[in-house]
Amino acid sequence: MNEIIDPGSVDRPNSYIGKSVPRPNAAKLVEGRGQYVDDLLLPRLLHVAFVRSPHAHAKIGNLDASAALRLPGVRRLFTGSELAQHCEPWVAVLAHLKGMKSAPQLPLPLERATWVGEAVAAVVADSRAVAEDAAAKVAVAYEPLPAAVDMETALDPASVVIHPLLGDNLCFERLNETGKVEEAFAAAHRVVEATFHSGRHTGATLEPRSILADYNRASGKLTVYHSTQAPHMMQGVFAKHLRLAEGDVRVICTDVGGSYGIKVHVYPDEVAVAVIAKLMGRPIKFIADRLESFVSDIHARDHRIKARMAVDAQGHITAIDIDDLTGIGPYSVYPRTSAVEGNQVVNLVGGPYAFANFRAKTTVVFQNKTPTCQYRAVGHPIATAVTEGLVDLAAGALDLDPVEFRRRNLMKDDSYPRTSPAGMKFEGLSHEQSLDTLVGMMDYPALRAEQSRLRALGVHRGIGFASFIELTNPSPFMYGVGGARISAQDGCSVRVDPDGSVVAATGVTEQGQGTEAIIRQIVAEAVGVPIDWVRVLTGDTLTTPYGGGTWACRGAGIGGEAALQAGLAVKQAALRVAAAMLQGKPDALDMSDGQIVDAVSRQPRLPLAELARIVYFRGDTLPPDLPRELMQTRHFITKQYPFAFTNGVQASWLEIDVETGMIRLIKHWCVEDCGRIINPLLVDEQVRGGIVQGLGGALYEHCLYSPTGQLLNASMADYLVPMAAEMPDIEVGHVETPTKESLLGAKGAGEAGTAGAPAAVMNAINDALKPFGAKVFAQPFTPERILAALGKAKAR
Amino acid sequence: MSREVQVTFEVNGEPVSRRVEARQHLIDFLRLELGLTGSHTGCEHGVCGACTVRVDGRIVRGCLVLAASLEGAKVETIEGLSDANEIRDLQDAFIARNACQCGYCTPGMLLTAAALLDSKPQPTRAEIREYLAGNYCRCTGYHAIVDAVEATAAARARQPKQD
Repeated sequence: MNEIIDPGSVDRPNSYIGKSVPRPNAAKLVEGRGQYVDDLLLPRLLHVAFVRSPHAHAKIGNLDASAALRLPGVRRLFTGSELAQHCEPWVAVLAHLKGMKSAPQLPLPLERATWVGEAVAAVVADSRAVAEDAAAKVAVAYEPLPAAVDMETALDPASVVIHPLLGDNLCFERLNETGKVEEAFAAAHRVVEATFHSGRHTGATLEPRSILADYNRASGKLTVYHSTQAPHMMQGVFAKHLRLAEGDVRVICTDVGGSYGIKVHVYPDEVAVAVIAKLMGRPIKFIADRLESFVSDIHARDHRIKARMAVDAQGHITAIDIDDLTGIGPYSVYPRTSAVEGNQVVNLVGGPYAFANFRAKTTVVFQNKTPTCQYRAVGHPIATAVTEGLVDLAAGALDLDPVEFRRRNLMKDDSYPRTSPAGMKFEGLSHEQSLDTLVGMMDYPALRAEQSRLRALGVHRGIGFASFIELTNPSPFMYGVGGARISAQDGCSVRVDPDGSVVAATGVTEQGQGTEAIIRQIVAEAVGVPIDWVRVLTGDTLTTPYGGGTWACRGAGIGGEAALQAGLAVKQAALRVAAAMLQGKPDALDMSDGQIVDAVSRQPRLPLAELARIVYFRGDTLPPDLPRELMQTRHFITKQYPFAFTNGVQASWLEIDVETGMIRLIKHWCVEDCGRIINPLLVDEQVRGGIVQGLGGALYEHCLYSPTGQLLNASMADYLVPMAAEMPDIEVGHVETPTKESLLGAKGAGEAGTAGAPAAVMNAINDALKPFGAKVFAQPFTPERILAALGKAKAR
Repeated sequence: MSREVQVTFEVNGEPVSRRVEARQHLIDFLRLELGLTGSHTGCEHGVCGACTVRVDGRIVRGCLVLAASLEGAKVETIEGLSDANEIRDLQDAFIARNACQCGYCTPGMLLTAAALLDSKPQPTRAEIREYLAGNYCRCTGYHAIVDAVEATAAARARQPKQD
């Protein structure tokens, strides 16, 4: 059975696993024939616009909607108190995050607005334009209150307590400690330290958050067309909070225009849309506009980390000690919670390295800014920047080349399985081989020579490295054990239709990663049919097996394994029928290219379509007791390891104009190990896209707030994202260490790029600035901050 | 609410005559009035390029053009270009190179890339990046898009246009 994933078998018919097969759904997308939520129209459709708070913290007083309701085409106005009667509140905590607290949240708040952009009322009208006109005419008497904006002062006694029932603004804290940290620092040959900042930024999906909820009073059923990563989770959420039976809610997820973690959360305004649809008995659509996206999509990565590292005289790391502070907005976000990012930081710091003494503390505080939550590579880019920043400082302190320092300290490739000082269990990683591959790809010695030649000419280039680990294939230890109804298991149903074609329905979802492509490859190979015989169905809670959806890099590793097992089971079922028809034994037969073949001679015996025809239309000709189950469902969940960690290393080559502080990215490299690669074309582009998303946070993206909590750059003109002209070409290499937990052996690949890119750039910048004795540790690394480090501008 | 204007123009070769609100942008007109949903709304102020369409042969931002201003104009969208097979090679290159992930930016990206190849048939990678710098793609990191445009240019150079 293992031959199915033997990479040496790639020239057999239907050996699609491991090949660069184009995506079947790309054809419609390049012709503009995709179907995103905003493309859908239903009879009697109405549109919502929200009245949003202009204050970071304010009491919501009298609301006068009379002028709004007089506009032609305006249907209804809903306030928080009206929606609250029809919706159960939620509190976003997880039981395994001990001591975590958050306040109850409703679709719209009852008394107080707690961030700029929080929806406080909803206007329903015949068109979005009219709804917006009306929303602008709703007069709300706000009574501004003092706001807790700065996370550094959120716990001060003088700060306003955002939710008095919680007693203070502390959401969660955790100390993760092993070994003898103080003793290690006292005995250290050298200690290096720095304070790192990660700038609050956001996902900026090109398709904004989108939802169309349709409640049919006659059938009592709610159908929600939703741009989401987790349709089954959302089905449960809508059912629970709208007091419906889970079976009366169907979530359909058509094309999704980018997600990156932004679309895996429960947004109060989206729940409001579902409640309004139920109350009005009509389909209701909400498509966030760009301003709404900036103020109400989750933000992420607002962290300050004080960090230090101890090393011995031989250049070995002996201890790491970090203190992380993060501001998450006024509520923890449901149901994943906003404490997970800080929790990941204390789990991931130091991840690639072998050392004994570790202490990491995170403090998660509430503040009056947009809520933060999980965004691509949750916590990884922060932990990697801290770790790799310290590593380069330590290498510098010992006058060691950064590659040499890493070689001395990376976990050895032959040392697995093992557990990290932070308590992470690693089944098998390849840091050393990955670094060797990377150094070869970039021709490191030549690059160093080029750097020193140019330095003499006054051109300042830098080389930066970042080794990293990435958490993929999460088990219930991520959310389920904390009480969240988030499935870590996923399923796939595979069936053969009468013409021999195959349909695979999977619980994992597609947002552009290529989920449907890899499921098709896997199923085609497992069953033994040409790839274009397979159709893949995703994103519909009524027609796909229950599953978690696509997040935390689980699509390939979890969904892919379920598809492989289901496909193999269908093949076995077909061979059993074939054996009866051919009066042979099932194990003497095989399937190849849509034909039942002799297992040894590979001679065709019977077309699959003929077998299917007999099963469906002439079952009378088969032995009566013969099972003819040409549809099989299999599920997969990881059991031995809480997570399947991957690893990799990146390098950045850049040039700094020391007069302007401008950075030019010249080249970027990444070697990553995501286990078995199902489709190199897709993996490479996941890595590249992830890297560029990381580069955005490293260089440009920053949600800037005024001292009173106003978001100052809530537009695409003011919030800078990576565009084609500034981005470098990116070279991607691979090492493959398959997980032994599954037959497929795949781990995740979608977040590796984002995890390592900011650290590689930071280290390259500091390498370029070395002759000036200047260093930067605060992302984004803007020209202003570069110049400040060079003493040429004032730091802000 | 808003004054209405009678306007007659051509969209993908077909005549269109409508009374439109004076404030309605071309992108909303195409999507809401004509059901041409291939062009997308992204930033609504001319930065992201998701709504890129052609007006009288030149690419414009659909969110910055008022429908009422288009009297007599010829508008072309991704649907029209696709049906006419005008950029089939570019579309095939995007598929082959996986230069399209979520697909939301892709129609605008393709129209911009097509305009580049019309004006400069053999662009360098840097020129491709510069020309596409007004089209935001969050998924790909642009490298694959640049590859696809470069490959299309090279293929067209090998196969001179048939007139």
